Amino acid sequence: MTTANMHDWLNEHGDFLYRFALARLRDPHQAEDVVQETFLAAIKSPNFAEQSAPRTWLTGILKHKIIDVMRKNVREISASDLMSDEDANMDEFFDETGHWAEPPLAWDMPEGALEQKQFLGVLQTCMDKLPAKLAQLFLMRDVHETNNEEICKELNISTTNAWVMLYRARMGLRKCLEINWLGA
Amino acid sequence: MLDCRQASQLISQSLDRSLTLRERFALKLHLFICEFCRQFSQHMQTMRVAIKRMTNSIENDNTIEMPATAKKRITNLVEANNSQP
Repeated sequence: MTTANMHDWLNEHGDFLYRFALARLRDPHQAEDVVQETFLAAIKSPNFAEQSAPRTWLTGILKHKIIDVMRKNVREISASDLMSDEDANMDEFFDETGHWAEPPLAWDMPEGALEQKQFLGVLQTCMDKLPAKLAQLFLMRDVHETNNEEICKELNISTTNAWVMLYRARMGLRKCLEINWLGA
Repeated sequence: MLDCRQASQLISQSLDRSLTLRERFALKLHLFICEFCRQFSQHMQTMRVAIKRMTNSIENDNTIEMPATAKKRITNLVEANNSQP
C-alpha cells in the first residue's frame, strides 16, 4: 500500500523534484541522488500516509537534502583551492584611492533580455568560472536563498567571512557578465 | 565619506543583512554623487532577477525529466526499504 503510494508520488512529482534540485545544484547526478534520498526519507517517515499535499511535503524534505549536499560540496573543495580563494586579489577592481579601476558600464538591457536563452547561457558560463567555493556559497545564498545564519552554521564560517565571500562571488560574476554578454 | 570600494561592499551586504541607519545614510550619499556605484547597484539587482529567472526556467522546463534509470533505481530502493521491518 505504502510503496504503491510512493510509486504514484514518484511518477507525479519525481520530475518536478528533480528539476527543483537540478536548478539549485547544477549537477544531474547530485540532483538524482537528493531525489532518491528524499523518497527514502519519505518512506521511513511515520507520518507520510497522512500527507494531503505530498509535493509540498516532499519539496520540504528535498530542500534539506540539497543543503546537505551543498555543505558536502564546500567541504570537499581542496585546501589549495581554499587558499587561492583567500588570496584572490580584490584590489584589481579598485585603485589605491578606492575608486573603480574599471568603472561599471551602463548595461543596455533590451526588453526581455533576461528571458533570452543566450543571456542565461552566459550567466551559467560565468557561474562555472567562479572559484569552486565561491560558486557553492553563491548557489546557497542567491540561488537556494538560504539565509545567512544558516549558511554560517552549515559551513562553520563567520558572518563577516560569508559577506566577504559573497561579495567576491558577485564582483566576479558581474565582471564576467559585463565582458561576455553586455560588452560584446 | 565612503569610497567606491566601501560602497560596493555595502551594496553587496545589503543583499545579506539589514544595513545600519548610519550605513544606509552613507551609502545613499555616496550613490547620490557616484554614477558608477549606481550602475553597480543596478547590476546587483539585475543579477538577482536573472538568477531567479534562471532557476525558474529550469524548474518549469517540462522537457527536463529525471532519467528513467534513476526512477527505476529509486522504485527498487523504496520497495527494498519498505519490505524491511
